[in-house]
Amino acid sequence: MVFAVVLVAIFVFFVIDAAFRPAFDWPSVGKYLFDRRISMAALVTIELTVFSMVIAIILGVILAVMRLSPNPVVKSVAWFYLWIFRGTPVYVQLTIWGLISLIYTSIDIGLPFMTPWLSFSTTAALNTFTLAVIGLALNEAAYMAEIVRAGLLSVDKGQEEASIALGMSWSQTMTRVILPQSMRVIIPPTGNEVISMLKTTSLVTAVPFSLELFTRSRDISAETFNPIPLLIVASIWYLFFTSILMVGQYFLEKRFSRGVGDRQANKSDAGGGAGLTGAVPIVGAGQPTVVLPPTPDKPGTGGTR
Amino acid sequence: MSGTLATGASVEPPMVLAEQVTKSFGAHEVLKGITLEVKRGEVMCLVGPSGSGKSTFLRCINHLEVLSAGRLSVDGELIGYREANGKLYEMAPKEAAKQRRDIGMVFQRFNLFPHMTALQNVMEAPLRVKGLPKAKVESTARDLLARVGLADRADYYPAHLSGGQQQRVAIARALAMEPKLMLFDEPTSALDPELVGEVLDVMKGLAKEGMTMIVVTHEMGFAREVADSLVFMDAGVVVESGLPSEVLANPRHARTQAFLSKVL
Repeated sequence: MVFAVVLVAIFVFFVIDAAFRPAFDWPSVGKYLFDRRISMAALVTIELTVFSMVIAIILGVILAVMRLSPNPVVKSVAWFYLWIFRGTPVYVQLTIWGLISLIYTSIDIGLPFMTPWLSFSTTAALNTFTLAVIGLALNEAAYMAEIVRAGLLSVDKGQEEASIALGMSWSQTMTRVILPQSMRVIIPPTGNEVISMLKTTSLVTAVPFSLELFTRSRDISAETFNPIPLLIVASIWYLFFTSILMVGQYFLEKRFSRGVGDRQANKSDAGGGAGLTGAVPIVGAGQPTVVLPPTPDKPGTGGTR
Repeated sequence: MSGTLATGASVEPPMVLAEQVTKSFGAHEVLKGITLEVKRGEVMCLVGPSGSGKSTFLRCINHLEVLSAGRLSVDGELIGYREANGKLYEMAPKEAAKQRRDIGMVFQRFNLFPHMTALQNVMEAPLRVKGLPKAKVESTARDLLARVGLADRADYYPAHLSGGQQQRVAIARALAMEPKLMLFDEPTSALDPELVGEVLDVMKGLAKEGMTMIVVTHEMGFAREVADSLVFMDAGVVVESGLPSEVLANPRHARTQAFLSKVL
């Protein structure tokens, strides 16, 4: 109780102090908050986040499936990828991507040791935005792979056996049976990764790409010699976006945990589940059923396994 | 195959022929040389205490488990291996998958796909594996669901079906591939007693229609009534086998007697 009062007192003191402290320069904050350069940069930050995440998720699924493949070569390649991209800092990776044109001066399409069919210069083909997306996506893919893998492993082994026993191939088993059921486990941490990615985009200055929120704010303050208010402006934008994502994540998680110990909610959809969950066809329609033990009317038949 | 045809077309290979089938998990030998034969249209019940290897043997028949030694063939075709110059080579996963199409399997815990309705569960394999046209697959699937008494449950998800209903859907799902052999791995062990009957009834119907079936079960009543042969396994070996009525009434081995005194 006393601790809470002390906390509140400190907080109030800090706010009042900050409001009148000249270094924060609140008028400038107001002036730059909706500056066109800043809002454009905010849009670029969103673009970086979306493009990188989409690529990372696709690549992450591929890597996760590769890691669970029975083929040892495929498995090792995926393991090697994760080892490299999780074992080095993303800032270093982004810097290397920025220097890629020094390492590979041209991109050739053709057979090794022969005259390429197509050849173009790396600097012309890949602008800094593309490199930033590649750098962020390839790094994130390694983390997504682990999330997807955990999701795949969460699906009961009997599902794979049933599928195989029906004569389905390994890839059919993955795409038709295992992946759809693993979504419940995959979705929530993926939300965290999106929020994390939004913040990580501030590192693309390493490429160097300079049109996203943080680097743009730094560049403007380099002209005005007034860095503090612009940092506050950038932070407000980041907080705005992450808050939206957190709210979205809350509802998404609520949706995907539906059905855990709650059969009643969905009992009516037995006849036409599509009406209730039509928005997310594959996952939504089956979701409430995934998390239930296969024998709801019989305790102790292996539900604990 | 052509070799057997040359000696006389009238000699049909048995549906299942197991010769000295051995299976080890690490140092633990689960099957110690199982030799048995299942004729076309025969219903065989495999009984024995848990851990006797009966489920493992069943899983060897459709190559869910890889044999450690011995050989096993279904309908005259070696399962999981290809024979060349007197040596056995393990099949590529694709070829093994092709063999499994003709062998239906029903699991103790049903293993229905929970994200699909009963109808979709039954349609999945014919649609994806055989690539049959959807309209045809759907009408066959509805017929099969009707056959197991669940025509009105086609659009239900597994979680909204009782255990007995789920197991009947699982049987329909296996039948959708038009198998020549059905394997049942303790199909009623996970069910409430009052739900066992409905599943056994479906299996009885299947047996009457001439389906070749191997059933791992503890339902001695079913074995006595439906099975053509009964095999008692213990500790990875076949202890005794014969007509169900005879084995159940006059077990010759002490181990069989001890087991039956507990379950009957």
